[in-house]
Amino acid sequence: MFDRDLWREIFQSINMNKTRSLLSGFTVAFAISLFAILFGIVNGLVNTFDTAFVDDASNSIFINSGTTSKASNGLQAGRRIQFRNEDQDWVKEEFDDKVQYITSRKYLNVTASFRNEKNNYTVRAVNPDHQYLENTNVNYGRYVNESDIKNKTKVVVIGRLVEEDLFLKTTAVGKYINLNGIQYKVVGVFSDDGGDNEERLIYMPISTAQQIYGNNDYVDQINLTYNPELDFDAAIGFGNMLTKKLKERFMVSQNDQRAIRVRNLASETQIVNQMTGGLGVMVLVIGFGTLIAGIVGISNMMIFIVKERTKEIGIRKALGASPKSIVSIILLESILITIIAGFLGLLLGMGILELAKPTLEDFFITNPSVSWTIVNSALFTLILAGAIAGYLPAKKASRIKPIVALRDD
Amino acid sequence: MLKISKLHKSYPIGDSSLHVLKGIDLSVEAGEMVAIMGSSGSGKSTLLNIIGMLDEADEGEYILDNVPIKNLTEKKAAIYRNKFLGFIFQSFNLINYKSALDNVALPLYYQGLKRKERIEKALFHLEKVGLRDWATHLPNELSGGQKQRVAIARALAANPKLLLADEPTGALDTTTSYEIMDFIQSLNDEGKTILMVTHEEDIANMCKRIVRLKDGVIMEDVFVNQVRASQYV
Repeated sequence: MFDRDLWREIFQSINMNKTRSLLSGFTVAFAISLFAILFGIVNGLVNTFDTAFVDDASNSIFINSGTTSKASNGLQAGRRIQFRNEDQDWVKEEFDDKVQYITSRKYLNVTASFRNEKNNYTVRAVNPDHQYLENTNVNYGRYVNESDIKNKTKVVVIGRLVEEDLFLKTTAVGKYINLNGIQYKVVGVFSDDGGDNEERLIYMPISTAQQIYGNNDYVDQINLTYNPELDFDAAIGFGNMLTKKLKERFMVSQNDQRAIRVRNLASETQIVNQMTGGLGVMVLVIGFGTLIAGIVGISNMMIFIVKERTKEIGIRKALGASPKSIVSIILLESILITIIAGFLGLLLGMGILELAKPTLEDFFITNPSVSWTIVNSALFTLILAGAIAGYLPAKKASRIKPIVALRDD
Repeated sequence: MLKISKLHKSYPIGDSSLHVLKGIDLSVEAGEMVAIMGSSGSGKSTLLNIIGMLDEADEGEYILDNVPIKNLTEKKAAIYRNKFLGFIFQSFNLINYKSALDNVALPLYYQGLKRKERIEKALFHLEKVGLRDWATHLPNELSGGQKQRVAIARALAANPKLLLADEPTGALDTTTSYEIMDFIQSLNDEGKTILMVTHEEDIANMCKRIVRLKDGVIMEDVFVNQVRASQYV
């Protein structure tokens, strides 16, 4: 297949007909770079949707309490519902096979200081399972553990940015941080994909917070993840059942929407999935559109090239060129141009995406990139289409009677 | 060398057709130098094109070097053209993006020769037409006479049995025309069979035989005393 002389002919033809080669290459490069850019932008939108929800495990359920809005079981409306440690244990027992991780949360606002640095932060007092619910990554040290809960130890796990703010590039683990006048030992530093706010949090054992701030067993919120093996319908069913049972437990009317609020991410995940699906369709439309535009461009360029080379083809045939050699020289030249221009266009498109990344982030487009597989298959399609589109005019040209071609002065 | 009998050719023009060649009989021996003359529309170029396998006859017989030329596939025609024929055109028909050397080497490429051999042979023929120093120049850097000499070198490169020239001096001034004719005569002296179409009497008289065509038939076929072009150069 590899014929050095044939390629020499082709390179000479490309090299000596620069305008023609550049013009035809431009079509392809433009189509491919446009493809990469549009595809990347839509991908970026999809990423934004994804990251907006990666913060929490997608099988999370959040349970909050409030005041009753309806009278029930002989009790008046306006009664305050307060969760306690025993409620978390009850949920765990009641739905043992459906609950994966469970934790309670208590919120505190504190002024934290270390030496001369001082700032305000939110503390979340939690159980050890919280780490998995929030997708928290522990960078150094450890997270809150069962022994902390049992012994009510005064330890905290601080966010990456808290460490940055207060400890000024020194290691925080092992040092003591002052929260509203009480010293806590920093046992870990974490990071979180959920953004800067999530990394300005401080976690402490819930039992410690309960003892120090109120000396009770109150919790503000119960969070859990359900067994990931539950399908969508089962997850929704579980959420509904949980709501019903909790309302019974607290003697709240089943119609009361305010006293006990259960937020099930399963239903939200569904919406996100539909959204991403819609974007996926958009991606396909854009992809096909640009590809078709590219194919039309290549077809035009091939017809133009054959037209322009009619006389040359006539001369070559008069000198003894076989039809096959005419087809291969035209076709291989266009394929070569398509490949080179395609790769340049690809690099151009990806380069533009890379450069525009910081600007695009303001428009909810996160990490706009295209996978090499997709772009390469687009390029391959374009080359294949170009070859097919080019074959017909090339074949026709190879059949031109040399006398007709040569008459064309 | 070449034998044509009862050759007919017509071109469709709209609904009717134009009968260009109306039964041509012609035979040419090896080593001849024949001028085909006639006014425009007489069919002289058509005849040359059919002989050159650039066009096909409707009817009649054409035998070239004992090979009947009939029902040729494109591929076969390509092989025959490459093997038997060398073309010289009025408008030179050099490939404008190829150097003189590459133009001359092109028929050798289609013969399947190795690059080294092609360059060697092409340089030899460029030397023969006196343009070795111009080997790397592009056609648009050459004068008309030089272009035609490159074209002649190209026609000779494949060592064809028959050299076909369509108005080889048509685009050249008189002095250059005589130079080219002088060279073509020297090729004939070496034994090349040459067939040329011309409408210029002085050029025709530099051949050894003149075939006059009128309205698609041969009016006159005479051997003449060759006028040597060298005396004008």
